[in-house]
Amino acid sequence: MTSYLLRGVSLLGAELRDVAIVDGRISDNAPADAEIIDAAGLVALPGLVDLHTHLREPGREDAETVETGSRSAALGGYTAVFAMANTSPVADTAGVVEQVWRLGREAGLVDVQPIGAVTVGLAGKQLAELGAMATSAANVRIFSDDGHCVADPRLMRRALEYVKAFDGIIAQHAEEPRLTEGAQMHEGEVSTRLGLTGWPAVAEEAIIARDVLLAEHVGSRLHVCHVSTAGSVEVLRQAKARGVRVTAEVTPHHLLLTDELAASYDPVYKVNPPLRTASDVEALRAALVEGVIDIVATDHAPHAVEDKECEWAYARPGMVGLETALPVVLSVLGERWDLIAERMSRTPARIAGLTGHGTDLAVGEPANLTLVDPSARRVVDPSELASRSRNTPYAGTTLPGRIVATFLRGEPTVLDGKAVK
Amino acid sequence: MIKHLRSAADLDAPTATLILDTAGEMAALAGREVKKLPTLRGRTVVNLFYEDSTRTRISFEAAAKRLSADVINFSAKGSSVSKGESLKDTALTLQAMGADAVVIRHPASGAPHRLAAWVDGSVVNAGDGTHEHPTQALLDAYTMRSRLGRLDGLRVAIVGDVLHSRVARSNVLLLTTLGAQVTLVGPPTLIPVDIAAALSPATKVSYDLDSVLPDMDVVMMLRVQTERMQDSYFPSAREYSRRYGLDLARMRKMPEHAIVMHPGPMNRGMEITPEVADSSRSTIVEQVANGVSARMAVLYLLLGGKA
Amino acid sequence: MAQPRADASSKIILSASDLHRVVDRIAHQILEKTSGATGTVLLGIPTRGVPLAERLAARIHAFEGIDIPVGSLDITLYRDDLRLHATRALGKTELPGGGIDGRRVVLVDDVLYSGRTVRAALDALNDEGRPSSVQLAVLVDRGHRQLPIRADYVGKNIPTSLAESVRVSLTEIDGLDEVKLTGGEDQ
Ligand SMILES: [Zn+2]
Repeated sequence: MTSYLLRGVSLLGAELRDVAIVDGRISDNAPADAEIIDAAGLVALPGLVDLHTHLREPGREDAETVETGSRSAALGGYTAVFAMANTSPVADTAGVVEQVWRLGREAGLVDVQPIGAVTVGLAGKQLAELGAMATSAANVRIFSDDGHCVADPRLMRRALEYVKAFDGIIAQHAEEPRLTEGAQMHEGEVSTRLGLTGWPAVAEEAIIARDVLLAEHVGSRLHVCHVSTAGSVEVLRQAKARGVRVTAEVTPHHLLLTDELAASYDPVYKVNPPLRTASDVEALRAALVEGVIDIVATDHAPHAVEDKECEWAYARPGMVGLETALPVVLSVLGERWDLIAERMSRTPARIAGLTGHGTDLAVGEPANLTLVDPSARRVVDPSELASRSRNTPYAGTTLPGRIVATFLRGEPTVLDGKAVK
Repeated sequence: MIKHLRSAADLDAPTATLILDTAGEMAALAGREVKKLPTLRGRTVVNLFYEDSTRTRISFEAAAKRLSADVINFSAKGSSVSKGESLKDTALTLQAMGADAVVIRHPASGAPHRLAAWVDGSVVNAGDGTHEHPTQALLDAYTMRSRLGRLDGLRVAIVGDVLHSRVARSNVLLLTTLGAQVTLVGPPTLIPVDIAAALSPATKVSYDLDSVLPDMDVVMMLRVQTERMQDSYFPSAREYSRRYGLDLARMRKMPEHAIVMHPGPMNRGMEITPEVADSSRSTIVEQVANGVSARMAVLYLLLGGKA
Repeated sequence: MAQPRADASSKIILSASDLHRVVDRIAHQILEKTSGATGTVLLGIPTRGVPLAERLAARIHAFEGIDIPVGSLDITLYRDDLRLHATRALGKTELPGGGIDGRRVVLVDDVLYSGRTVRAALDALNDEGRPSSVQLAVLVDRGHRQLPIRADYVGKNIPTSLAESVRVSLTEIDGLDEVKLTGGEDQ
């Protein structure tokens, strides 16, 4: 196995030093034959961990595969991604989660950790075999019907309780379905002007409020996916103050973009939950800094061209995000490297119970890390994305930071900003 | 001159006034024996209709033909996404056919905006989802101006299902641009959120039709579909028409000169009683005739010059 | 030396009094050629043909006490050069009471040039009705015809080059009466 010496790297933006990687781990000193990487001006972060990725395989390999999604993740600085269960077939059995897990191992670019569905077929009627998925080779700990809300309160309560047996966690896509029938975008001034059916903030807030009460009642852990409103932040703040074991994520796009973008009717801006208002964006940013929102998760949602080059109402919601997540967060938080490591690597790994990721670069730890050039600026070009899909909302936008290299257990997956395989 | 008419917001006051003036000339020409004009000879206008709307399609077709344009009716019924050709593929076909203008009627809001990105010709919105119907607003404004002599300072109530009404949105935008004062009236469930901020800060909202009527020059009744009942927008057709329907008693509360409008098709007995619809204050029949003149004006202004 | 350029390259062809005299002469000629303007209507072509037609009618009234019907005929929708310019606003078409069927129509315009305007006016007239005959009166004929069209009444023939342009000003529209020739080879 090749050894590496990262020369002159800045750990989390602080001291410059040399970091050696030997046998897949961080080491004291490099052997004489170590490959030397000039890391002057580069910042080392623990490899990023994404709790919310749609890899589309099995079922929509025309939009993304485990392999192309993994490559996209590695280029974004990720060393682990959690693959959502809304594939076809749905990842609601040990068989499907093991298939995804195996495809991830074969691609070998990031650790692909499958998320299991909460209910059979994401139908919200009957619990999937959560225990079987937990004890499968995929070792599933996060369960989610993402794309759908577990709307039935009794079913949600049971799910929260049931996964305690194997320290699982339910990740809820908070959307009261009766309040969002036919919804196309954030309900507000812009939806009224555009004549698009509104997705009211309260549809998210009501479910989060209910779920934190349920989690508190049964003493379980709850994770809230893609928080998008200022009201949700307040619900979470109060719950956390009471000691409810709730964690929450925000997507890069909800930290940067607003509902005004829908005015073009270009469905590249259609996403669920929808882009909200500028004051929501402001509240989400503050909550992320404060820790009311624990992590950034991409909700990377690749879609085939025909699902986006159409009328807004007929388009599928979602945006690709793995390759732009860190640049977007950098542009929002600035070069607060320790905070970025906390929100994009350490905390997501901890929530998921994922060992070997999200650890700082101490001697003996697995060498899962990424090197970032913070001075670089890049104009996002959809055609350059490694994802099989092109539905980025940032086309033509200049974003700071470039991921120069990513290492997965000491093996480079990205070097010179290019995927190694 | 503007290239597309996707929204009434595409029109500033001078352009909107020019269209109304032109519509006036077109209407005058409609009175003579020879109605056809050679103006758009050699130009191709495609009527691309994803919804059945014989009234609107015929109106556009008559307008284009009176200007001697070649008209192609392209009816794409069954607008489901999965089946049939995508809007983009259809757009590329129309492009290859050399369409100078595409008149599009579509159940999805914003479809004309998408189409405009894919064709070189002009795009005219003939009604998109619950968004807009700008030529309806133009013919309504034209009708008001012909009946009442002005638009500036005119007080107009638009009554009913504003939430789902593309006619209401376009009318608010256009009438406000031309100086009219618009009041939206309906049950709170059918008035969209932030409507004033969304369309025009001067727009007023009222939930009480009776208190509004004495101050109005124009009362425009919107079609209300009884199916809205199932979605709990109001309890029953009976309660709706009691609170928001226009009957003779209510019409008498309007000033002497005030007119009653309806974009059609009417739900007689729901939002308007037959006696009101057929009264001399009703402009409903004129609105249809004015539709052709207004659409001729739009086609002329979009296509009657250098591309 | 400090002469403004526009003045250097423009010259007045008809002064206000010339213009009035020319209108008077055309009015007399119309009376003569139409046996006292019986069964005759004047149709001005917007923009400046309309006030010219009105002036002719006023002079005819002054000379003979005859009230000759006046109207306007907009030809914009009949032009063959629409695609060469930005969209034009329409002028007014107002036929006098009694219409034009069976009557003698005298079209009135300010400048006769290529003849295309008159061609469009004949097409427009054809869609409006069936006059017994059509005549043409113009204030200025500047030549360069592109169609076989000639005027029945000409106020003044002005030989021009293609680079020049004839600018007619009328009090009703422009605040003064005059005809100017501007531009030319030396520009
Ligand atoms: Zn989701």
